[in-house]
Amino acid sequence: MGPEFVQFSLTPILIGIFASVACALPGNFLILRRQALIGDAISHVVLPGIVVAFLVTGVVAAIPMLLGAAAAAVVAVVLIEAVKRLGSIEPGAAMGVVFTTMFAAGVLILEQTDTSDVHLDVQHALMGNLETLVWFRATGWESLLDPAALATVPDELPRMAVVCALLVACTVVFWRWLKIATFDEGFARALGIPASAVGFGLVIAAAVAAVTAFDAVGSIIVIAMFVCPPAAARLMTNRLAHQVWWSVGFATLSAVLGYVFAGYGPLWFGAENAVSAAGMIAAVSGAILGLACLFGPHRSRVGVGRQEAP
Amino acid sequence: MTPSSRPAIAADHGRPARPDAIPAEAALAVRGLTVSYGEKPAVFSVDATFPAQSMSAIIGPNGAGKSTLLKAALGVIPRLSGEVHVFGRPVKEARERIAYVPQRASVDWDFPATVMDVVQMGLYRRVGLLGRLSGRMTRAARDCLDRVGMADFGHRQIGQLSGGQQQRVFLARALAQDADLYLLDEPFAGVDAATERAIIDVLKALEAEGRTVVAVHHDLSTVRAYFDHVFLINVRRIAEGPVETTFTTEALQATYGGRLAAAHLDELAVAGGRA
Amino acid sequence: MLDALLLQAGYNAALVAIGAALLGFAAGASGTFMFLRKRALVSDAVAHATLPGVGLAFIVMVSLGGDGRNLAGLLLGSAVTAWIGLLVIEWMTRRTRLAEDAAIGAVLGVFFGIGIVLLTVVQTMSAGRQAGLESFLLGSTAGMLLQDAVVIAVGGSLAVLATWLMRRPMTLVAFDSEYAAAAGYDVRRIDLLMMALVMAITVIGLKLVGLILIVALLIIPPVAARFWSERAGRVIWIAGGVGGAAGYLGAAMSASAPALPTGPIIVLVAAAIFVLSLLFAPVRGVLAALLRHRRFQRRVHRRQGLLALAAHHPIREAYTLRLLAREGLVRPDGVPTEAGRAQAAKVARDERRWEVAREIHQDAGLTGRYDGLTPIEEVFTPDEIAEFDRRLGPPVAVGAR
Repeated sequence: MGPEFVQFSLTPILIGIFASVACALPGNFLILRRQALIGDAISHVVLPGIVVAFLVTGVVAAIPMLLGAAAAAVVAVVLIEAVKRLGSIEPGAAMGVVFTTMFAAGVLILEQTDTSDVHLDVQHALMGNLETLVWFRATGWESLLDPAALATVPDELPRMAVVCALLVACTVVFWRWLKIATFDEGFARALGIPASAVGFGLVIAAAVAAVTAFDAVGSIIVIAMFVCPPAAARLMTNRLAHQVWWSVGFATLSAVLGYVFAGYGPLWFGAENAVSAAGMIAAVSGAILGLACLFGPHRSRVGVGRQEAP
Repeated sequence: MTPSSRPAIAADHGRPARPDAIPAEAALAVRGLTVSYGEKPAVFSVDATFPAQSMSAIIGPNGAGKSTLLKAALGVIPRLSGEVHVFGRPVKEARERIAYVPQRASVDWDFPATVMDVVQMGLYRRVGLLGRLSGRMTRAARDCLDRVGMADFGHRQIGQLSGGQQQRVFLARALAQDADLYLLDEPFAGVDAATERAIIDVLKALEAEGRTVVAVHHDLSTVRAYFDHVFLINVRRIAEGPVETTFTTEALQATYGGRLAAAHLDELAVAGGRA
Repeated sequence: MLDALLLQAGYNAALVAIGAALLGFAAGASGTFMFLRKRALVSDAVAHATLPGVGLAFIVMVSLGGDGRNLAGLLLGSAVTAWIGLLVIEWMTRRTRLAEDAAIGAVLGVFFGIGIVLLTVVQTMSAGRQAGLESFLLGSTAGMLLQDAVVIAVGGSLAVLATWLMRRPMTLVAFDSEYAAAAGYDVRRIDLLMMALVMAITVIGLKLVGLILIVALLIIPPVAARFWSERAGRVIWIAGGVGGAAGYLGAAMSASAPALPTGPIIVLVAAAIFVLSLLFAPVRGVLAALLRHRRFQRRVHRRQGLLALAAHHPIREAYTLRLLAREGLVRPDGVPTEAGRAQAAKVARDERRWEVAREIHQDAGLTGRYDGLTPIEEVFTPDEIAEFDRRLGPPVAVGAR
């Protein structure tokens, strides 16, 4: 792996890994709480968020757009909760109503505004631009030690790394709360643990991960990474801590293999152009989940679930 | 109609002299508690006093608000009105003195955790978010498992347990909380006879140690054998007091209405008389 | 705009508007089944799973030397992968410990990812430059060919027909699947049929609304309709009406202005109907519920306050005190007024009546209504109450056991 690798592949792969891990971590708790689809909802409302941010600020800059997307995610979460409670609507339907409406509004505003000269479109939102996040100034591995070159890595890399580290820290610090509020909410409340706040915090953490990842890699990765690595990990073990480690491993593997397949796979088949890396990472995570469903050591249900219990 | 009301059935067995006052010596005192799901009160304006260092049962028909009373007292579900005191202090300030055993069916047993993981959850309040679980604490947790006869199951995945074993694990978790007041929601529901025996032995031992046990209970035939104090509820408080004076045919009829055949009630009262 | 609403904006536009109305109707009605089955978001996964089919169909048609943009061919391809996605969800929830939401999320993300990969392949194919497959993401009726409009109109009619034919077994299963199974229906097959119908609607709606938003037509109308009726049969037709209106209005509005994309407009019309329903529906609406809750809370506190007065307890809660003070039943310091004492006496008498009633009528059905709020007059006749009072009269008549 020579200088070309560092220049063209290292940063996208790292960004892909950080994004995947940042999404997979909260995903573990979301799937155990039967809230896997909140990731789907959040990733859809990111578009209206950035569109509104663009309308307000008039610039295509990362920070306002991230803030706009985060605000949209919070609005969506609150609206979903409101529809669920006020209308006594089941969570899936409440999500469906809220995120499709917000997405439609985003598309409509986008079409109504003149954004033809800026790089702001639905496709970008869906697919990201992982392939373009290259490190032009790098001349080889030694650039990793060169401050001048390091200063030119794409902004997405440090941003994604910070968010990923933040999520790791939150997972470690709130581990016990997350575990107990997910397993037995009533007991958690009786202990005086703010179980509702833990649930809301988890969703907000997921939103932060989704918004940052989306900016770098598009919303497809986000949806797939919230669900696939944790779901596959659930089928590998019966310990929560092990499950989280497996999910991190699967997320990393998906990012690396997906990027490699997208970049080099078509060449192996004689084609000339690379395919979408974001899409391929999602596809690889799906393949891993498929294998886990077929061969995972703990793939079948053993416990008496809530529903079947007398 | 007479202005001076005579004691009627709902009455006043064991009612303290000034029921409104919150007795500091009571382990759990509930005043004016109302909880409602939608438009129908599940528990209405209930006053209840559970004496310390005794075993109390909360008894009533299905849907009478037994579990609701317990959960609302703990703040697990919101209350429409009312106050709750534990050992004379507001419940919020006394959490470390309460241990809670929820209904077994309220959690998903497919959760990725071992028996030991669950028991250690009872220590979370004491160790905080990042505090280290010391060797002494893990040993204490193992002792709790031992007390419920599950010492060999520490590493078992919780999904592989039978109903009775699940209940014992929940009890062990409450023991790990090392509290003064134990609140149990239907601890004997759907468990085998051996588990029921094991659980009652543990609860009796707790009482002997000077702790207080309050359990939602549904099996009328064991009330006299297991408990000293009863609280009868059917949305409203029907009666409360020591088992001998309060657990009577009249009180049960008032609680259950026509749902219990008279013959069955007499049988219980007789069985009770023998006990 | 008016022209478009009256179908005067051209033959194509009129066909599209009629097709959108029919499709909206079918989507609303059949989406109701999914909604009642609590599987609303399965349709989201189905919709996203159409994308790889569109890409594959294009690649296959081009490699066979045909026109990759043939709408019927693309729709057929999308139906195939959507069906595979459905089967995968079914298989994962049945065979593994994963819950349905995880299966839905996995299929949605992964199939969509594969679809995007295939779209990038299509873009690099020589024929793909003007493939316009992106229009399937968000739907577009601009520049639609006559045959495309016909496909939508015919497809919409067929979907309505199929919904109508299957309404009975589907209502049964959606409402009470265990009863349906006991009655001899093959629940799993009806479920699959339901999914097939949803899939067909998704596929027909692809070109019109786009695959990200078609799910809105399957979810929003049933949720909106649910506010207006408690009966499943009615909800289906109301949802159909909502969906049809949204489809028609949306398509017509979008035909009137080139910059108004069809899909989002249709969705936003449906969402507006939903918001109105949420707020103003007579029984389940937020406004009605809020008023009801306030009234209920007031009743509870008033009653508890009077009970406390009757028992000579102080009133502890500030809200109760305020409430009674406002009615002139207590003074601000909590001491009952004349009127308050009278009311409390009535409450105390009713309590005693209830006690007698519960002794006489050991009937759970009647005495079970002794919940503290139900007035005794609602449960017993005046004659019965007079009887209670008679028994209450002499101090030792009752309960002297």
